[in-house]
Amino acid sequence: MSESKSNQPNPPQRGHRGPGAMMQGPAEKAQNFLPSVKRLLKNFRNEVKSLITVLILGIVSVALSVTGPKILGEGTNIIFAGFMSNQVPPGMTKQDVIDMLIAQGNLDQAEMLKAMDFVPGEGIDFQRLGIVILTVLTIYLVSALAGWLQARILNVVIQRSMHQMRLEVEDKIHRLPLSYFDKVQRGELLSRVTNDVDNIGQTMQQSMSQVLASLLTVIGVLGMMFWISPLLAVIALVTIPLTLVITVIIAKRSQKLFAAQWKATGVLNARVEETFSGHSIVKVFGHQKEVEANFETENEEVYRASFGAQFLSGIIMPAMMFVGNLVYVAIAVVGGIQVAGGLMSIGDVQAFIQYSRQFTQPLSQLGSMANLLQSGVASAERVFELLDEPDESSDPDNPAKVSENASKLAFEDVSFRYEADKPLIESLNLEVNPGSTVAIVGPTGAGKTTLVNLVMRFYDVTSGKITLDGTDIREMSRDDLRSRTGMVLQDTWLFAGTIRENIAYGRPDATEEEIVAAATAAYVDRFVHALPDGYDTMLDDEATNLSAGERQLVTIARAFLADPRILILDEATSSVDTRTELLIQRAMVRLREDRTSFVIAHRLSTIRDADTIVVMESGSIVEQGNHEELLGNKGAYFNLYNAQFEAPIEDETPTETISIPTV
Amino acid sequence: MLGKLLVRFLKSKWALIIAIIVFQTGQSIAALWLPTLNADIIDDGVVVGDIAYIWSTGGIMLLISLAQVICSVIAVYFGARLAMGFGRDLRASLFNKVVSYSQQEIGQFGAPSLITRNTNDVQQVQMLVQMTATMMISAPIMATGGVIMAIRQDVGLSWLMAVAMPLLLIVVAAIAIRLVPSFTKMQKRIDRVNQVLREQLSGIRVVRAFVREREEKTRFFKASGDVMEMGVVTGNLMALMFPVVMLVMNVSTVAIIWFGGFQVDSGDAQIGTLFAFLSYMMQILMSVMMATFMFIMIPRAAVSAKRIGEALETEPSVTSPAKPVALPATTSGKIEFENVSFTYPGAEDAVLHNLTFTVNPGETTAIIGSTGSGKTTLIGLVPRLFDATEGRVLIDGVDARDYDPNDLWQRIGLIPQRAFLFSGTVASNLRYGGENATDEDLWRALKIAQAEDFVKQMPGELDAEISQGGTNVSGGQRQRLSIARALVKDPEILIFDDSFSALDLRTDAALRAAINKKLPHTTRLVVAQRVSTIQNADQIIVLEHGRIVGVGKHEDLLETNETYREIVESQLSAEEAA
Repeated sequence: MSESKSNQPNPPQRGHRGPGAMMQGPAEKAQNFLPSVKRLLKNFRNEVKSLITVLILGIVSVALSVTGPKILGEGTNIIFAGFMSNQVPPGMTKQDVIDMLIAQGNLDQAEMLKAMDFVPGEGIDFQRLGIVILTVLTIYLVSALAGWLQARILNVVIQRSMHQMRLEVEDKIHRLPLSYFDKVQRGELLSRVTNDVDNIGQTMQQSMSQVLASLLTVIGVLGMMFWISPLLAVIALVTIPLTLVITVIIAKRSQKLFAAQWKATGVLNARVEETFSGHSIVKVFGHQKEVEANFETENEEVYRASFGAQFLSGIIMPAMMFVGNLVYVAIAVVGGIQVAGGLMSIGDVQAFIQYSRQFTQPLSQLGSMANLLQSGVASAERVFELLDEPDESSDPDNPAKVSENASKLAFEDVSFRYEADKPLIESLNLEVNPGSTVAIVGPTGAGKTTLVNLVMRFYDVTSGKITLDGTDIREMSRDDLRSRTGMVLQDTWLFAGTIRENIAYGRPDATEEEIVAAATAAYVDRFVHALPDGYDTMLDDEATNLSAGERQLVTIARAFLADPRILILDEATSSVDTRTELLIQRAMVRLREDRTSFVIAHRLSTIRDADTIVVMESGSIVEQGNHEELLGNKGAYFNLYNAQFEAPIEDETPTETISIPTV
Repeated sequence: MLGKLLVRFLKSKWALIIAIIVFQTGQSIAALWLPTLNADIIDDGVVVGDIAYIWSTGGIMLLISLAQVICSVIAVYFGARLAMGFGRDLRASLFNKVVSYSQQEIGQFGAPSLITRNTNDVQQVQMLVQMTATMMISAPIMATGGVIMAIRQDVGLSWLMAVAMPLLLIVVAAIAIRLVPSFTKMQKRIDRVNQVLREQLSGIRVVRAFVREREEKTRFFKASGDVMEMGVVTGNLMALMFPVVMLVMNVSTVAIIWFGGFQVDSGDAQIGTLFAFLSYMMQILMSVMMATFMFIMIPRAAVSAKRIGEALETEPSVTSPAKPVALPATTSGKIEFENVSFTYPGAEDAVLHNLTFTVNPGETTAIIGSTGSGKTTLIGLVPRLFDATEGRVLIDGVDARDYDPNDLWQRIGLIPQRAFLFSGTVASNLRYGGENATDEDLWRALKIAQAEDFVKQMPGELDAEISQGGTNVSGGQRQRLSIARALVKDPEILIFDDSFSALDLRTDAALRAAINKKLPHTTRLVVAQRVSTIQNADQIIVLEHGRIVGVGKHEDLLETNETYREIVESQLSAEEAA
């Protein structure tokens, strides 16, 4: 069955995949089909017993249901024989009737009757028919039971394995180095861990049961057909290449069209998304007509492509039906002639017709399964790729012990680069005394956030070292280091849960009093009481029921409760209203008390009282000192400081700019 | 709503529908004819031994098969045209409707929801139409035809159909009814798993900083376990479906043979007709099953149809006047608010209360106030993103609602809070402001917007790619490009809705200076959070809970207005503010 296309290196393994191998679509092709399938199946290594049970039950179910028509055919034979016996004059023996027919020159009919088991005039033998009927009923019942059990067990196995796989993927997330998350697009990663894993599950569920059933049915039916009549079986077999040719031709073309359909739909959906998201721009910039015209063109393209795809793929069913009918006619004619010639019983013809119907359906099912399998394996490959990413470097075997209250941090000649040829931080030296506040200022991209990443060991320094009370932080375990360090970031991450749970995030065992104390210190307590459910208010996915400023306060409360020795604060700027902002600043000042703090400042007014202000520009410290010292220096800090109040530094003569001082 | 939608968008396609029905009927007749001919082969050919008859009848069967496949293919052709055309028309009319909306309706539904309605929901309904065209139409024809033919065979077994058909219907429906809610539940649990994963990915730094990996794993284990549990329930129902359907069909077959035997014995039926009856029975049962499955799709499509219908039936609140006023010969960009109030439909309280103020041409008016004070709504009234519910907004002395909206928009440059860029290039985004702008015009605008430097560093400069939503440039860059886009338009009125928030202080200051210098005659309306951004404005309006609580210059307000002072003090120390 693989002459035409799949002459790839390892034909033996490919053989059993039947027509599937021919249906590989261009759209979502697995890179290494077989190795990936093998690896996917490894997920089931703990389920061998269940899978064997499934296989046995499957075989029993299919074998029984396949014998059904053949036995039922006996029933038909009994009826036919009884019917014929009623046609002949009573009192004659079977031999008399045959002799009579031969005498009449009706040789064919004589042959047919010769092969038949009947007593003239007796009519239908209902006792024998009854036994046949009961047998068949039992067979069908047992087959249904076995099939049901098999599907149930298989379902549980698949659900369990998918659960395992999801856990494996999730576990990997926590082991990957942070650089991985900065490297890949979040949407793309999210799609891998959600859509792809879902897709694998669905593929597994649909394909495993159906492939097994279809495969067994094809084999069983084929066997029965050859048993009944090799001649008719050969006729029926003609359908296989015919079915293949038809599905391959149609599927190949329709897959191209499907790809075009998805592409066009993608373009159209992007247009819709863009237009609706930027609605006010579209309107005020007067682009309504243009957008509508573009949409119409793209919509027409979707129509054209999807019409083609739907039409072509819709043809497969009638085409297969036609092939099925061809076989039906052929069997009816050839079988009829055989029965008339006494070479075959009528019951067998009837059984054969039923078999031929059961034969084409699983064949085409296997075909469509191949497509599904392709997309599932492609998903699996993307997930495997994720699982194969190297883990974060492991913690030292004997992590250094550092005293509980250690809070003196030092940067010693620290350099860092994400990419080998792009230095981000160059030989930075900085000493932070216990309990002091270091403010870091500088333009976007100066490396402020990178500094935080290094302290938290989200990244490790490229050279030099960072020490905590003299111990290189790389010699500590990450968990130890991080549990001493609190963090409030601009990106206020809260999870879907209650406000209480979010505050207690850093210390799940905190008491109610501690939570309320932290919330009060961070001004969360004030607005919590205005919420319908107080601390039990559920935050939704994007926490839209809290304003940006309130979310920030919750993250501060979270840090309060965690009570770290070292603190990293990234000041929020945008979209927080001024009053909440005031609260945030007060809360942050309070949080900083008695802790070693790093503040990434966006507004200079808030950091005047910092012990050390570090001005960064493109990866290195250009100035360092307290507010007064730096102002006196009249350097970078001085310029920055003035920039926020005046309309300054334009490349041309400043006199003109004074006329209308501000926007 | 589903019915209404179908009628509205399928009305014009009646010819296609008739064609589909005709060819599906033809196809069904052919399919139903074959078993009769097969019966003839047995009764008149095999039993009598007439081989010539067997051959000729076989030939006729072939021809009918051919006719059937031709009818089917034509029906599929028309069906695809019907369904895809339906989807296209529905999509287009929804899209055009939403484009005609004002900001108010967009806000009411939310842009993401409208996007889903225009894409997924349309797809759902389209799928229903497609399935109907290919299967739903043929199933009842097949079933009815099957019944007629079976009765015509007159084997005295018609009562068997009366038992088997409802039995199958009940069995399939009973399972399907349980399946639908469990699918919904399953989807919810999958959503939960995805939610936890999404949270873990977006909060990966926080998770690690607080050393919460173990708890996160527990949380995920539970979510994933819930999916498994529901998957077992759903899967077990599905596992029941196939064996049960097969059992009903097989038992029907057995019953026909058994009871048919008596009919044959008594001479009431012939062997061949028994065969034919058997075939019909199978065809009928298959049709019944297909139809039942179809019905599972309807509730889902109905939900989608309802969502689409809601959007289609919403009328834009901002419309063009019947007789627009022509632009005055000389325009200066003067804006006057006269007793303007605004209330969102259905809301009890007004967002803006009785606002009156004037923005003089060439001057800067700043609006400051806490979140929810109505700043964004206020400035939206100028370009008619909303219309005032009371009072008027005059532009150059004419009610904004009396202008042709296009004339009005022509004169306004809007820089929204969330800088939104379209997919394309830097140039194509900037030319949104003016198609005919030369490259020099674009560079001039970029220079004022402080975007010249980074655009020069982008590969391809003006031709650098911008991905959808502008996600490949930083927030600050996006904001500057959005400002440049408005500048390319060379408008009389510039509206900044908190458009400096993502800029660092130095860029913010440089930008303000450049705009002042290069565009001295443009009227500027500025919403800002940072006091430093607006403290030199010609006029500052302090807004609180939708009311003006102070108007004046920075120094005056600082002395006389408590709200303003509070805001300033939160940002600048007293000495700096003075």
